[in-house]
This record gives sequence, structure tokens and C-alpha cells, in this order.
Amino acid sequence: MNLTLRIWRQTGPDAPGALTRYQVSGISPEMSFLEMLDTLNEELILTGEQPIAFDHDCREGICGACGMVINGQAHGPERTTTCQLHMRHFRDGDTIDVEPWRAAAFPVVKDLVVDRSAFDRIIGSGGYITAPTGSAPEAHATPVPKEAADLAFEHAECIGCGACVAACPNGSAMLFTAAKVVHLNALPQGAPERATRTRSMVATMDAEGFGGCTNTGECATACPKGIPLSGISLLNRDFLRRA
Amino acid sequence: MSNYLDYRLGADLADTRAPAGPIEGRWDQRRFDAKLVNPANRRGRTVIVVGTGLAGGAAGATLAEQGYHVVQFCFQDSPRRAHSIAAQGGINAAKNYRNDGDSVRRLFYDTVKGGDFRSRESNVHRLAQISVEIIDQCVAQGVPFAREYGGLLDTRSFGGVQVSRTFYARGQTGQQLLLGAYQALSRQIAAGSVQMHARTEMLDLVVIDGRARGIVARDLVTGRISTHLADAVVLATGGYGNVFYLSTNAKNSNTTAIWRAHRRGAYFANPCFTQIHPTCIPRSGDHQSKLTLMSESLRNDGRIWVPSAPGDTRPPAEIPEAERDYYLERTYPAFGNLVPRDIASRAAKTVCDEGRGVGPGGQGVYLDFADAIQRLGRAAVEAKYGNLFEMYQRITAEDPYRVPMRIYPAIHYTMGGLWVDYDLQTTLPGLFAIGEANFSDHGANRLGASALMQGLADGYFVLPATLNDYLARLPTAPVPADHPEIARVEGEVTDRLARLLAVDGDRTPDSFHRELGELLWDHCGMARSDAGLRKALARIPELRAEFWQRIRVPGTGEELNQSLEKANRLVDHLELAELMCLDALHRTESCGGHFRTESRTPDGEAARRDEEFSYAAAWEFTGPGSAPVLHREQLVFDHVHPTQRSYA
Repeated sequence: MNLTLRIWRQTGPDAPGALTRYQVSGISPEMSFLEMLDTLNEELILTGEQPIAFDHDCREGICGACGMVINGQAHGPERTTTCQLHMRHFRDGDTIDVEPWRAAAFPVVKDLVVDRSAFDRIIGSGGYITAPTGSAPEAHATPVPKEAADLAFEHAECIGCGACVAACPNGSAMLFTAAKVVHLNALPQGAPERATRTRSMVATMDAEGFGGCTNTGECATACPKGIPLSGISLLNRDFLRRA
Repeated sequence: MSNYLDYRLGADLADTRAPAGPIEGRWDQRRFDAKLVNPANRRGRTVIVVGTGLAGGAAGATLAEQGYHVVQFCFQDSPRRAHSIAAQGGINAAKNYRNDGDSVRRLFYDTVKGGDFRSRESNVHRLAQISVEIIDQCVAQGVPFAREYGGLLDTRSFGGVQVSRTFYARGQTGQQLLLGAYQALSRQIAAGSVQMHARTEMLDLVVIDGRARGIVARDLVTGRISTHLADAVVLATGGYGNVFYLSTNAKNSNTTAIWRAHRRGAYFANPCFTQIHPTCIPRSGDHQSKLTLMSESLRNDGRIWVPSAPGDTRPPAEIPEAERDYYLERTYPAFGNLVPRDIASRAAKTVCDEGRGVGPGGQGVYLDFADAIQRLGRAAVEAKYGNLFEMYQRITAEDPYRVPMRIYPAIHYTMGGLWVDYDLQTTLPGLFAIGEANFSDHGANRLGASALMQGLADGYFVLPATLNDYLARLPTAPVPADHPEIARVEGEVTDRLARLLAVDGDRTPDSFHRELGELLWDHCGMARSDAGLRKALARIPELRAEFWQRIRVPGTGEELNQSLEKANRLVDHLELAELMCLDALHRTESCGGHFRTESRTPDGEAARRDEEFSYAAAWEFTGPGSAPVLHREQLVFDHVHPTQRSYA
């Protein structure tokens, strides 16, 4: 396949950026989107240009490092991570726009790389159960109903990629925050810190500059792991319960 | 450089830390003998932890909980992304919740035997003991393990053992365990007890007066090189499977931290012990950047076959039953498709070498579910393997319910690593290695669901106990910030980066990495021979020389420069590769993942040679391209009697 790419180039956080046009040829439908970018980068290096910077690591859809807006959609046309998007979903001759996540709380570092450390700070403000090593009771001391365990798991699948924020017209991190709050609050082990966790994580989310939630639901549509939108209601319920 | 092969035999190495006495009581005894640091004095002690995977994340959190000042590093943008996150299957623990005859003793026995009798009994026994505490710890943290309707934890059997001891969280056990450790670490970061440096890569180790006292690291965003000092340094930087370029490892996983430590004096043990996983999705072309694992559990119901005749390119549906070769069932009737990883991998290579491989390039074999679907029904197969089938289809665009899957072996894990004693301390005082970065517990072959167990055992329980002892005995003497050694090491790091940028040649880092990977895969992969290894050993120094003449790294060192990161890691891979081949050449036996074509039983299986090779090979660095010194740690088996494995 031959493709035209329009890729966001930006040398640093404070530098102006722009979409730059590139032609790539000989792209195989078997390639992943990132392998297509690898191919372009190999050419750029040899022609003396700077390759396009993008975050990636496991390339099997679980580490959450990769993520770019492809033709206006977070992670592109398929509901998966960018590394698991294959070129067979595009056609020969297509023009593809590639941009970084756009959100006030995710400043651009370079090209398609953004700073998502705000997510880490949200987790640090309550996204844990206080259980210092060595203090744990026997694992079977507290049975967990299967429904609670499944609810927890469904939300624990979040990979922290940031697609929810990128897809949201408000740049809100509600789905990300809800995923962790629901995971931990659903479990008996998480009950003691339930109220403080919810309050503190929401406060951090707001302080980090994420937008408010207006229930548009784009987040859950873009989520490569299918974190359910209903998680946000569960978060709101726990937030109101303590008030 | 041909003299690289003339390695010298140095003094034998012994683990002096494991107490004598009954094996069941050694860990208790060691913890009792360990000196403690007064809680009030811990805040004044700084520990550097490099890496935030299961081992590093668990260690950083636990040391901070104990009151130490922890300074931690990861090259990813967040500590949550370490490659432990990709582990699928599960974690072993000798809980015996199934009442099926499991015990600490049995897990110990299975692990020593599975490692083909090349691991240290004391360490493995401790691992089995700690396994039960790990599950308790993770449940308390809120790790959502699979549960039964009664609310108790579910387990499954895994990888050729006869008990059901593997705890799991669907196919994402590594993710859930890692997030548990990451959350505990995040609590400490928020509390100010851990100073976290993300997007920062360790590039060298600072050794002062014979002790590890700090690291030199590069901020990957600004390019700033800085030195961080501490009372001890812990490397939790994972394995070196990426030396093969194509592997199931994450793209950025690398050997730099442990290799730089090796260059500064830490011995490197058993580098040739690498694990090849039999069920990965085959490469689809030259653009392939990494390989994806399909869980081993697929072999429970899938049947592996290739066409009987070489060069048969008919679609699988058109190949009649009589012209198919179910080669594992034919060769190993007792175990069939469930033979251990190393045997399944080698058999696949053999049939592909015979020209009977399928798919692009003939590098694949079929894993066929037609019989299972007929026997169990599609719904049952979907319930068991649905997510794996979906993943396969997403990558290959083929529907495994209709067309047999194609699989091929790929590099997955490295058992070798820095040599450590029972305290997980390397041969360099003050330098500890935990998780996949050390060589300790898996011998020549790792059993499924044991990597997560070892990473967490090291990080949560072993290191925090033994490090205490080291720090308690260490005189408190801060290193002055203007110590000449700091400037020297920083200078070496800066010079190397400057050299990489200055070559301005005509080849990219990836092109060299691919070439190195192919060379290793051909000669130090699934089967190794004297002639092949010598060929690789002749080629690697040439490749290294070519690298320094032709590498092209655009941009500067003072910015986010991913080409520079790649090239800099490749420098270390190019040196490690040579040691791997030398280690493989010197070990003229077959054991575990290391198969020497010259060392086989009369029926063609791997032949171990205990009289000559019942030791761990720890190599001492003497200079780039210069022959290393071999130190042997003789392995003693008092509790598990070495036997030859047989699966026929």
C-alpha cells in the first residue's frame, strides 16, 4: 500500500507544532500501525531527518504506553490499542492524520509523546489499599463474592493509556479515575478506605487540570479495554455517599 | 579478537550466605542472623532501585514502608508500564487449597527438576516457602484473582505439573500483580518516601572503594546526565531476551543496567540459558518488530501438525488426514502435545528445517482446534480460549475456529543474569539483583507461572530482609559529591553518547539489531553446535566494529532521542551476545533451554552431563572483546536427586 501521512511534529513542550506530510510506500496490510511508523522512521534516519517520536513498549496491547489520535479517533478506527491496529484497516492511497493525545492535563513532550504523569498522581492520592508487606491475613480469610470480584476485575483492566481523556470533549479523566475507584471499592479489602479514596482521587483529578464530566460517553467508546461507562455512576454514587 | 575464546578458569565461587542445617529452616535462620537497622536510622539510609516491574516495584514499596529513603528509576513514562505487565498465565503458590497433594516440598521439587538441575537448592526452597505469603499479600492489596462462586480463590494447573497451584486473573495475571505493586509504590511516592524518576535510564554504576554506591542516569526527555548516590543499589531491570531483536519482550527492555554492572565487576551467570516459548504467533514479514505469545494453555486442546511431505503448500483443509504429521503425538505418545516448552520448541524447528513448515517463509506449524470443536462444541472452546482466539484473529486476520492457528517458537525469558548469593547480592558488595535480572532460581529452564512468583518473592520478602543486614553492617560514610570517581564515570557515559552521535554513518540502530538477532537466533537459539557458535563468535566482533563505523544516530544528546537510546542499548547487546555464545560453547552438554546438538541420547533427546557441568557458570569481565574468567559455583543436590528427563 501507498499512503500519505500527516503527522504532528513538535520539537518540545513550548515549541509550536504542525502537521507534516510524508509519503510511505510498500506498506503491508500485515503491519501494525507502529510498524508502519517504524518503516517511515527508518527512512527518515537515512535521509538525515529526525524520526518521529512516539511512546510504545510491549506492542501487545497491555502496557498502555502507545496512543495517538488517528484520523480524529483515539487509537484509530478499531477498538484496540494503536500497537494492535493493523494496516489492513486502511486502503491503498489513504491519507491518515496522526496527532498526539490532546488534553490540557497531558502536555506534549515531543511529536506524539505526551506527559501522562497526572495519572500516576491520581493513583498516588488514593488508588491503593494500604497493606504494607507482611501485614496480610491468610488469603482465604475473607471470601469475596464472585460478582464483586468480577466487577473489580472488569474495572481493573484499565491500562492507563489515556484514550478516554483524549476522546473526551472536556478532557476529563472520570473514566480512568472511576476504573480504579470501582476496582478497589468493590472489594471487601478496599472498604475501610472507600470514602477517603474516592474524595481524594476526585480532588487530585480536578487539581491536575482534567475537565469535568458531562456524560458524553466518548471515553467508554474509545477505551481499548472496554471499561464500562457505568463505572462513572458508581464513582459518583460513592462520592455522594460520603458527602 | 580470536583470543576471546581462551577464557581462563578462576577460583570456584561459593554461596556463603545460606546457613547450613535443614533446608526447611534456612530462611528463618538467615533472617534471625541478619542484623537490623534501627527504625530511627533508616530514614538516613538511601537505597537506589532501578526498575519498577514486579521485583522492583515490590522492593521499592516495601523498603519505603520499612522507613528507608528510596530513589527509584524507570525508563518508561510511568512505573506502571514495566514489562511484567504482559505476563498472561498465572502465579504458582504451594497453598494446597485443592487438597491435591501439593506442598512447599513439592513446589520446590518441581522447580528444581523443571530447571533441569542447574539451580541452587537453598534458593529454590525459600522461593517455594515464600510463595504462599505472596498470594496473601496480593489479595490484601486488592488484586482481583479469579474466584469461585463460594468466594474462594480459583486455581488451575499449568506447565506439566500434576497439581493445581496456579492462581490467575484471566489472561492478565501479570498486569494485575504489577498494578498491585505499582499502587503500593504510588502510595510511597505520594508520601515522599520514594523519589521516583520516570523516563530516566541507568547508564552506568558508580563503584567506590569496592562497593556499589550509585548510578549514572540519563533523563530521557532533557538528555541530562546525572549521578545519584546511595548506600546500596538494587537492579530490578529484567532479562536480556531483546538481544535477539525479535522476542516476546517489550521493545525497550534491555541489558544495559546489568551489563554495565557486569563491566564494573559483577559476575554474569549462565548467559546461555534462554527460554524459547513454543506457542507464539509467527512473523509475518521483514517489518516484524516483536513477537506475541499465545498462552501455553492452548496446547491442552489444540493438536500440533505439519504436512507429511516437504513443500506441501496446499491450504490446511485440503490436506487429508493421512498426509498430516502430528509429530509430537507420534514422537512422544505419553505426553503428546503437552511436552515441556523446550522439547515442543525444538520439535517445531526440526520439522521446519525439514521443509515442512507452514505459512510465510515456512516458519510455522499448525495448532488445530478442529477436533476440540467437534468434541466439545464451539461454545465450550470459545468459553475457554475466546480471548486468545480473538487476539490471534486481530493480529493475523485468520479465524482460528475455521483455519488452524499457525504458531512458532520465540525467545521469551532469560534464566541467566547477574550471579547472586542467597542474599541476592552480586559479587560486587552493595549491588543486589532481583527478579529476572538475576540468575538465581530457575536453573536451565523456567516452569510456567514461576516468573511472577520469583519477582514478587525477591521484591516483597527476600531483598527487604537481606538488604537490612548489609546496611546494618555498612559504616555510614557518605560519598562526597565531588569524588573523582563520579566525574570519571559520568565522563565515560557522556563520551560514549557523543561517539554514537558523531559516527554519522549509513545504517540505522534497528538494522544492526536485526542482524545481531538473526545471528544469535541461528547459532545460539533453539539448537546450538560447536561450529555454529564459533561462526557467531567470529562474526560478532566484526559486527561490533562495523557498528562503530556505520551507525547513524540523528539529533543530539540534549533532547528526547529514541534513536540514541536504541543505539546505546545495542552497544551492550553487542557485547553480551559474545558472552552468551562463549557460555554456550563452553557448556558442551544439553540442559533445559540449552540444547547442544553434539550432546544427545541415542534416541536424539537432550543429554545432560552432570559429572562435568553440575555448576553455574559465573563470568568475570576483563575488558571489551577480551577473554573473560570463568568462576564455577558447584551445585549440590542433597534433596532432589538429579535424573534424566524423559517424555517419550
